[in-house]
Amino acid sequence: MEKTKQQKIKDFLINNGVIIIMLILVVYTGISKSTFLTGDNLMNILMNMSSRLVIALGIAGCVITAGCDLSAGRMIGLAACIAGTLLQRVDYSGKFFKNLKPLFPNAPVLDVILVLIIVMAITACFGAITGSFIAFLNVPPFIATLAMMEIVYGIALIYTNATPLGGYLEAYTKVATGKFLGISPLIWIAILVAAITWFIFNMTRHGKYMYAIGGNPQAAEVAGVPVKKTLVLIYMKAAAMYGLAGFMLGAKAGGASVNLGLGYEMEAIAACTIGGVSVTGGRGKVSSAIVGVAVFELLKAALQFLGMNAYTQYIAIGIVIFIAISIDIRKYVAKK
Amino acid sequence: MADYKLELKGVCKSFPGVKALDNVNLAIRPGTVHALMGENGAGKSTLMKCLFGLYHMDAGEVYLDGEKIEISNPDEAMTKYGIAMVHQELQPVLARSVAENFFIGRYPVHKWGPFKIIDHKTMNSECEKWLHEIGMSFDPKLPLGKLSVGQMQSVEIARAVSMNAKVVIFDEPTSSLSDNEVEILFRMMNDLRDKGVSMVYISHKMDEIKRIADDVTIMRDGTYIGTWKADELSTDDIIAKMVGRTLTNVYPDKTNKPGDIVMEVKDFTSIHAKSFRNASFNLKKGEILGFGGLVGAQRTELMEGIFGIRNIVKGEVIINGKKAKIKNPKDAMDAGIGLITEDRRGNGIFGCLSVKDNVGVSIYNKYLRSGFVLNHKKIDEIVTSSIDKLKIKTPSMKQHVANLSGGNQQKVIVSRWLATDPEVLIMDEPTRGIDVGAKHEIYEIMNQLATEGKAIIMISSEMPELIGMSDRIYVMCEGRITGEIDKREDMTQENIMKYATAFN
Repeated sequence: MEKTKQQKIKDFLINNGVIIIMLILVVYTGISKSTFLTGDNLMNILMNMSSRLVIALGIAGCVITAGCDLSAGRMIGLAACIAGTLLQRVDYSGKFFKNLKPLFPNAPVLDVILVLIIVMAITACFGAITGSFIAFLNVPPFIATLAMMEIVYGIALIYTNATPLGGYLEAYTKVATGKFLGISPLIWIAILVAAITWFIFNMTRHGKYMYAIGGNPQAAEVAGVPVKKTLVLIYMKAAAMYGLAGFMLGAKAGGASVNLGLGYEMEAIAACTIGGVSVTGGRGKVSSAIVGVAVFELLKAALQFLGMNAYTQYIAIGIVIFIAISIDIRKYVAKK
Repeated sequence: MADYKLELKGVCKSFPGVKALDNVNLAIRPGTVHALMGENGAGKSTLMKCLFGLYHMDAGEVYLDGEKIEISNPDEAMTKYGIAMVHQELQPVLARSVAENFFIGRYPVHKWGPFKIIDHKTMNSECEKWLHEIGMSFDPKLPLGKLSVGQMQSVEIARAVSMNAKVVIFDEPTSSLSDNEVEILFRMMNDLRDKGVSMVYISHKMDEIKRIADDVTIMRDGTYIGTWKADELSTDDIIAKMVGRTLTNVYPDKTNKPGDIVMEVKDFTSIHAKSFRNASFNLKKGEILGFGGLVGAQRTELMEGIFGIRNIVKGEVIINGKKAKIKNPKDAMDAGIGLITEDRRGNGIFGCLSVKDNVGVSIYNKYLRSGFVLNHKKIDEIVTSSIDKLKIKTPSMKQHVANLSGGNQQKVIVSRWLATDPEVLIMDEPTRGIDVGAKHEIYEIMNQLATEGKAIIMISSEMPELIGMSDRIYVMCEGRITGEIDKREDMTQENIMKYATAFN
């Protein structure tokens, strides 16, 4: 009896190790720096989390099928640039398209929504191309998305000629700075995306097929799962989400350049893994991505508050990934 | 000098729930070819794995030249004792050159200052020399993958010769060789025998045994039956000794009544020359149709061809008088066919998913509300009733399938297909790797399904199972259907074995 209780505690520690360490760090930071656990700061962390969560949820789909997506970061950059060029103020001196006028001068919100749809459609097309190479030509996801990463970056460079963008319409920057029911629309978008993703993962056959492909692709084929179609859809859907994330980041920064989003794909994959999405496929939930992203953003914020050198932070993040994954993998190793 | 070159005495090996080897002996005279024979699962491969230290034997001793030895891994067997094995399934590095595979793990090097660098020149010339020694000549710089299976085997043999092997074990070496290559292999074996090398030859092919073997040891169900001089035994004697066991009463009384023909397969031929060809057969409603044959007879491949997993050059499937167009498993499902594969872990279960998802995966597109939302309530009902009906032992439908026993995993896959309500259910080795109790339950389920009017195809390599369960039996050999047995009194192990070994 005594032993089983010990075992239970041990299991609990292993299963929730990352979260426990995170909480300790947050509490410690909160106690030592009084400004850390304030409403403003937490809201700021939530805003940072919002776009990262959208990326992570997109990439989670790929990782659950035992794939990955290296093109996410560059897609974000392209999306932010396209949105930026289409949503600049008419009177802005450095305007990219000099003669571009809003379609709906009286309702700029509609312009913003239209541009969002355009941006997501464009990135979704790129995602569909990557997905087709992966599904129909059996190119490994690592390579296929690497190729798309290069192509998308090139397109973004040609499109903007590497010019930084700014002078956005107020309706666009309001997506970040505005308030709806007391919190920024960015956060609402993230909540909405999380809810939709949860629905897709759990309530639709597409979600079930995704898990099946990740769990055992050969068995999925035999069981009549449309493996190829599902894979294309997963990469397409993920890319649309990177488009949305790029749009959100542009709004938040009030500007964009082709290098926006650089390396975000790696952080998103790491966040998913920390949260419990298995890179061997078949395992992972929406909550995994949320936990992973929260760990990352809280860690960054806490280290910043504790006055850690910005360069040193990279090392700390690397160490956390090492530890978190080592603990996490024990869950599955022990089960064999 | 000892009477025997290599001697295994009283080898026992148990796996959880199964006694794989029970007091098995094997004694090989110097400079002879010793055939080791037995049905699939008789324990031949297990015995060899014990010899090579891949399995730890529970009891038993190994003697080499009369001295007791212990072998802990295949590398030690080769380097210390000169015992080599040419595997049933070779595991070479296909992308690297012949010479590199030849010298793998013992590359010739020369010193270059503080570094040791690979001496490619010596490697290639030495390899060529040894290949020549066994009468082969091909470029040692070729990637191994460019060679035929037979040529790869000869590389292995040359490797064994070069390492001065005294005992060479051939595990079904001819299963994927052309006639021409078999001749070359036999010539090499004869040469080795002349040089005093002892060989163990595992094969099912009677005529080969008669040609090449000096002695024959026969095993059955993990026990030692005996050793004879090859010329003292007729082919019929060997078969009788291999299968001579009484059927145990584990099969339920048959209650099904075969009816009209539900499926016809005509002239099914694979795109691969060595796989199934010109296979035609029919299947009746409410029938359990057995498919017998040796491992490698292409039964699985034929079924996978019908199910749309493998490509064919010709052939058609007719279901209820209508030609079915099957390009992929989805088409096969729509045509009313289900397939329970042989390799449960490889392409059957989703280990990390729940029982529910494992059962539901094939019906998720059937139970939807407003076209895309899963009807979880309905699916849960189906899963719960399957768990009850097939008596699946699981704490809940949320349990990961990997945590269930083999028998219960098999029942989960049966449930998956039953949920799709197929007319034809193909079961490939349905009781492989599950314990006796669960086997019996699977048999009862099959009997029940056939009684309800489902048509079942059962591939089985276990003769008693084939005879005990089937209403009719087709036997395959080397990709062809070599016999049909439709009368109960003709369903004997001897008859099946005769068709199963009807090699061209």
